[in-house]
Amino acid sequence: MDLYAELILEHAKRPQGAGLREPFDAEVHHVNPTCGDEVTLRVDLDGDTVRDVSYDALGCSISRASASVLHGLVVGREVPTGLAVQAAMRTMLTSRGTDAGDEDVLGDGIALAGVSRYPARVKCALLPWMAFTDALGRSAASGTPSDVDYGGPTIR
Amino acid sequence: MRGYRAGMTLSSTSAPALPAGGAQPFTDAEVAAVRAEFPILARTVRAGRPLVYLDSGATSQKPRAVLDAERAFYERHNAAVHRGAHQLAEEATDAYEAARAAVAAFVGAAADELVFTKNATEGLNLVAHAFSSATAYRRLGTAEADDRFVLRPGDEVVVTEMEHHANLVPWQELCRRTGATLRWLGVTDDGHLDLADLDRVLTPRTRVLAVTHVSNVLGTITPVAELAAAAHRVGALLVLDACQSVPHLPVHLPGLGVDLAAFSGHKMLGPSGVGLLWGRAEVLDAMPAFLTGGSMIETVRMEGSTYAPAPQKFEAGVPMAAQAVGLHAAVDHLSALGEGGTGMARVEAHERALVARLLAGLAELPWVRVLGPAGTAERGAVVSFVVEDVHAHDVGQVLDDDGIAVRVGHHCAWPLHRRFGVAATTRVSFGPYNTTGEVDAVLAGLHRVRAVFA
Ligand SMILES: Cc1ncc(COP(=O)(O)O)c(C=O)c1O
Repeated sequence: MDLYAELILEHAKRPQGAGLREPFDAEVHHVNPTCGDEVTLRVDLDGDTVRDVSYDALGCSISRASASVLHGLVVGREVPTGLAVQAAMRTMLTSRGTDAGDEDVLGDGIALAGVSRYPARVKCALLPWMAFTDALGRSAASGTPSDVDYGGPTIR
Repeated sequence: MRGYRAGMTLSSTSAPALPAGGAQPFTDAEVAAVRAEFPILARTVRAGRPLVYLDSGATSQKPRAVLDAERAFYERHNAAVHRGAHQLAEEATDAYEAARAAVAAFVGAAADELVFTKNATEGLNLVAHAFSSATAYRRLGTAEADDRFVLRPGDEVVVTEMEHHANLVPWQELCRRTGATLRWLGVTDDGHLDLADLDRVLTPRTRVLAVTHVSNVLGTITPVAELAAAAHRVGALLVLDACQSVPHLPVHLPGLGVDLAAFSGHKMLGPSGVGLLWGRAEVLDAMPAFLTGGSMIETVRMEGSTYAPAPQKFEAGVPMAAQAVGLHAAVDHLSALGEGGTGMARVEAHERALVARLLAGLAELPWVRVLGPAGTAERGAVVSFVVEDVHAHDVGQVLDDDGIAVRVGHHCAWPLHRRFGVAATTRVSFGPYNTTGEVDAVLAGLHRVRAVFA
């Protein structure tokens, strides 16, 4: 089964950066309504740099691994880079197996490429990434709801 | 009359050991013959694995007889039902009404007490809307309204914490439209309705109690007769969600003491796109129409219209005739699974044996927690469980890799999952075509789940 790459299981078992931390600029809560997966995610910005992403992910191994991968890929990077990584991840995950992902951009994240062949699981992997862009949007507008439409799940 | 067991709906204290007339599970040869009628069961999935279909609670598979009946209808009789007087229109109308009569007989009802709907969800919405329409008519004085359907300020609508969203959200919406208050019966740790709450929750302000017959998550068979009596004592109507009972147990709807009941054809070997709402004739007569338009009218003038009696009153537009015909074949097929039309008693016995085998197997796995009643006596054909430290999605994915189709998630019963402190469960649900070997396959699959994630 190409879904559960060793690296994914490793991230799911020992997620990087898990837990909610202070301080933070914005916090969002996203839900995957088909299965009840939930993530609460905070971003802490230092100017244009993502100083920290902290999160509490209640979900399947794919969504937890994806949150862990996200933490590894965006913390310490500039916001535009973080958004570019998000876009690359989204493209790969929704490619139905046609985009294996660029390791230079997605690092460990390419281990999630197999998810794109399981349409029912794509949302699981996308969940933390949609929460991340939503949180960035909210923090830019200093805590008020974002008017940026990332096409992500609605916030409950 | 088919094998209706009077004690079936009694409270949890009764312990029916064997189904009607001591009906037996299907033998291996019998179940092989049952399976041979379902073309889809012969296919393979993923990397060439034989399909192990354990998701009949979501939707059942369809026997050849159902597929053939739909095809024959389109090839020979297709026309718009109840419209036109040409020969095909007559034949199509006859086929549609014959289907109504057959499904009615299957649940012990009179044909004119059975309304075809799209599915159970539509049937339950139809009933919820009857309350808000009646309430609006009364408030505005624009039409007659039966008192039982009029909600006054302070009136209450009661549901339970184990409902499928289809029997919860329409009632929440009814409360929003009318200002009535939603209340609910809780669920005990062992998966029964908390009847200790009954007298506190049901009051003279209660107008309706909407409850499931069999929980689609816990499997619990609820004490319908007792609940109906309690509802009637306070002057409320009882609306039953029979989605998980009618396909799996012999059910005699008028004998249950309920006022209205909804179920879906696609869960009982029938096609998708056809469901049923049963109601006592006098209750259906008292209810305002839901969808309006062609076919449901008596007279129409620009100033206003009058409507046909039930069931036509509730069947606006050209109906799903082919699906109804397919469902006719489905109920015939189910009844014929036992001698002299006692198929449902065999189905119940068979599925109960599968549930017992699965529960016994799961009890051996200390890392699996089963939700719902411990014994099989008060259970329908579903078993939901949690694998310690493994999310249900992951459980389902590993099983799927073995060709085993189960349902994972909250199964449209999110509040119930919250009640048990879990985000999602894995659900195995049975149909008449499932085998003991398939139960063993799922148990073996769970060991693989452990191996991947432990
Ligand atoms: C208990 C119960 N109620 C209601 C429904 C809704 O049925 P449908 O989606 O066919 O309207 C289902 C099945 O999904 C169910 O299991």
